[in-house]
Amino acid sequence: MKRRLILALTLLTLAGCQRSRPPVSTGATAFGASIAAVSQETQVGRVGALLDRPLAVQVNDADGNGIAGARVEFTAIGGASVIPASGITGEDGQIATRVRLGDVSGRYSLVATTRDRAGKPLQAHFTTIALDYRQALGRELSEKHCARCHDERSTAERVSNHDNLRAPPHSFFDGTTLNKLPQSELLAIVAHGGAAVGRSPEMPPYAATLSASDIAAVLAYIRAIAGPT
Amino acid sequence: MNGLGMNLAKKIRALARFLFGSSAHAFGTLSVLLVLLLAIVPAKDRFREWLWYQNQYRRLIQDRPDATALEKRFQPGIQQIWLPDLSVTDRCPTCHVAMKEASLAGVSQPFRPHPPMPHSPTEFGCTVCHRGQGVATTVEEAHRSTKAWEQPILPERFLEAACGQCHEQPLPGTPQLNSGRSLLTRYGCVNCHKLVTPGGSTMQGADRPPSLRHISQKTTREWIYSWIRDPQAWASTATMPNFGLSDDDARDISGFIASQSTGDQLASMPGSVAGDSAIEQGLKLYGESFCASCHAMRNASGTIVGGNIGPELTRVGSKVKPEWLAAWLKNPAQYLPGTAMPHFRLSPKDLEQLTAFLGSKKDDPLLANVHLDPATPSQIAHGRKLVNEKGCAACHEINGVDHPENFAPDLTTVGSLPLARVLFAPGIARSLPDYLEAKIRNPRAFGKEMKMPRNDFSDAQVTSLVVALLAQTDRTEVRGKTQPAFTRNEFQPTGRAGQLFSDLHCLSCHSVNGTGGDLAPDLSWEGSSVRRAWLVDFLKNPNTLRPALIRRMPRFQLSENEANLLADYILSVFQTPAFVSDEIDESKLTTTEASRGKSLYYGKYACNSCHVLDAENDKGYIGPVLTQVGLRLNATWVFHWLKNAQALRPGSLELNWNMNDDDARAITAFLMQQKSSRKPGGPK
Repeated sequence: MKRRLILALTLLTLAGCQRSRPPVSTGATAFGASIAAVSQETQVGRVGALLDRPLAVQVNDADGNGIAGARVEFTAIGGASVIPASGITGEDGQIATRVRLGDVSGRYSLVATTRDRAGKPLQAHFTTIALDYRQALGRELSEKHCARCHDERSTAERVSNHDNLRAPPHSFFDGTTLNKLPQSELLAIVAHGGAAVGRSPEMPPYAATLSASDIAAVLAYIRAIAGPT
Repeated sequence: MNGLGMNLAKKIRALARFLFGSSAHAFGTLSVLLVLLLAIVPAKDRFREWLWYQNQYRRLIQDRPDATALEKRFQPGIQQIWLPDLSVTDRCPTCHVAMKEASLAGVSQPFRPHPPMPHSPTEFGCTVCHRGQGVATTVEEAHRSTKAWEQPILPERFLEAACGQCHEQPLPGTPQLNSGRSLLTRYGCVNCHKLVTPGGSTMQGADRPPSLRHISQKTTREWIYSWIRDPQAWASTATMPNFGLSDDDARDISGFIASQSTGDQLASMPGSVAGDSAIEQGLKLYGESFCASCHAMRNASGTIVGGNIGPELTRVGSKVKPEWLAAWLKNPAQYLPGTAMPHFRLSPKDLEQLTAFLGSKKDDPLLANVHLDPATPSQIAHGRKLVNEKGCAACHEINGVDHPENFAPDLTTVGSLPLARVLFAPGIARSLPDYLEAKIRNPRAFGKEMKMPRNDFSDAQVTSLVVALLAQTDRTEVRGKTQPAFTRNEFQPTGRAGQLFSDLHCLSCHSVNGTGGDLAPDLSWEGSSVRRAWLVDFLKNPNTLRPALIRRMPRFQLSENEANLLADYILSVFQTPAFVSDEIDESKLTTTEASRGKSLYYGKYACNSCHVLDAENDKGYIGPVLTQVGLRLNATWVFHWLKNAQALRPGSLELNWNMNDDDARAITAFLMQQKSSRKPGGPK
């Protein structure tokens, strides 16, 4: 009986020891003075999807030049995951990771951390957005009916009409403006047009063109991506 | 130890004497045991998982302002949707109690309301779309995969697969499913795999792999060798997969294919040394004919520009023989009957210039290291064996090789594939979506001898393909309930105009009554909308109406006769039954109406946000240019278009303005005044 107890205790102690083993080498050959996101774009995808473009950061020395050999760790918060979770910056001081969004819609924060020579953590923050089915449907509808004016970026397939309008349409990412509007007003603008609510008539009424549930999907999409919430 | 045991035995005996010593004692003891046993059942019931969730729900709602209403609608106990004809017994609402409570949006699962959906759960249940084990009443058994129940809940990113079980036509709400299905046809997956869609039709490839019957007229054996080694090195947009062939295998296959080619060698081109000016003129012609609407080419900055209906032309000069190219451009159907390439009416001079330009798109280093000795009979025999093994004839016509039947596994019910029948490669999670994903990404990971080749799909493409495959379930009973027999409308114009239609391949881009492509406007009611003089001019020399459009109608160099023939056909056949063409008499529209129309156009309806009518001042890029709309469209069409464009062309970007007759008449009057003969000014 006693022998067994001692054995169990020993095993427990050993298990405890595992956690406090000496730190492994981080592989870093250089240390930066600052870290910055390469692109400030907020990427949007379906829940559980791998984002189209990798998230990239650049570690800089004190003069602001990219520095090779610095170790960067990526941490995803609340259900998203990153592949790889850490790595060493390349020649240009940059390193990128792919992000898979979590299974619940909403905003996912990601942090890239590197350490300076003194061991102090330096961080760059990212936000990514996961859309549920209805929000994603809203995005499809928005791409067809809204983005030509509301997105000022032109793509190879679509020339933006944003700059041709007298009252510049709001970007759907612009939460400062859009999230101040109550749901009923946002709905009225989309359904009955700008003129009906004392805004620009350049915003046409969609009530007869899109179904009520389609309009609700577009609003769900706008609410999902407009920030700050 | 022994003493202790003796003692214990003595005590047990004493206890037994006390409990069962007399019949009265025994009765009492058994009664107590019975009560205890009976208590186990309610006690166990008390701690059921679903009951815990229902209690949680009650606690969640009790502090809310609408607590009374919520409490009233809450139904305690096991809730089940039972649909015997669909074999659905879904107890999901037992825990997901608030599926219909829109006011609870934002709370965490399992109490979040279901987003609005096109079908009622009482009609289809839950598991028809979401999968999982419907009868289970524990979280683990309902959602996860167990030995007894292999289909776990479908991760949300594949959820569109549920719609594809019944719906065959592309839905606006299922972009992934639509894209996955189009990839299955565009990359020729269905040339090898049989796949019957929910509508009951067998999916046909849309990649149009070229016939190899006369390949030696078109190109050299060296090119074939180099291409089959690595198609993407020649054209990064090529849909032919990389088979990972060894040098020897590629040598033997190219030898066999070249040996099977028949047909006379074409006469070599006279004066085939083209000058720079011819190349330059050819480039201009390439642009004017809008070849890029269908063909892609890498430009000087390395970007691939153009459509994907025809092959990429970046290195076409090193691929095809110039004499073949000239013959092809003259009349493509002569070499390849059934090709999608229109018959351009090019003059001999145009032909020479276009051939010179395309011939200059060379990349000879790709062929520099290819030196093939004439193929020996044993190499050719080995090539034939490989061609049969790899299933080349599933896509390409090859003389002397039959189209293989059932070459690859049938995918009609792959979405219900039992996991027991799946051979999992190491490192792949045991679920159907994970298996399909891994198989598409790298088929040879499942064994070097696997025949399936590898395509370099992007992550989004892989997900879309998995969605399209998961939609292929064996739940036909669900389908029968919703889907009326699907009928495809095969429209084919007849007569002399019909010949022109097929010669020019109008339906590669335009659609009529549901048949045809979606690259260009629907022509179903074109005859009700346009004026004859404008149409004849446009057919002879299509100018662009929409400044923001990238793809444009090519110039076919039609003769006066051909243009008139087509215009007559379009004007008499493509008529809408929605109105009579002389409903609005243009001569009766007044100038008062027109001036009111102008203020409505620029004011209330702000049409200038999207259309350019005054080339000097208007800037809208989205809709067609309206500077000459009075010459192009007739008044009745414009009137009805303003009232409800969606009724005339569903899905058009133009809104249903739901406009009243007076406003529509006024704006029609204003638009009919726009007959300026100046050329429309595009964006500057």
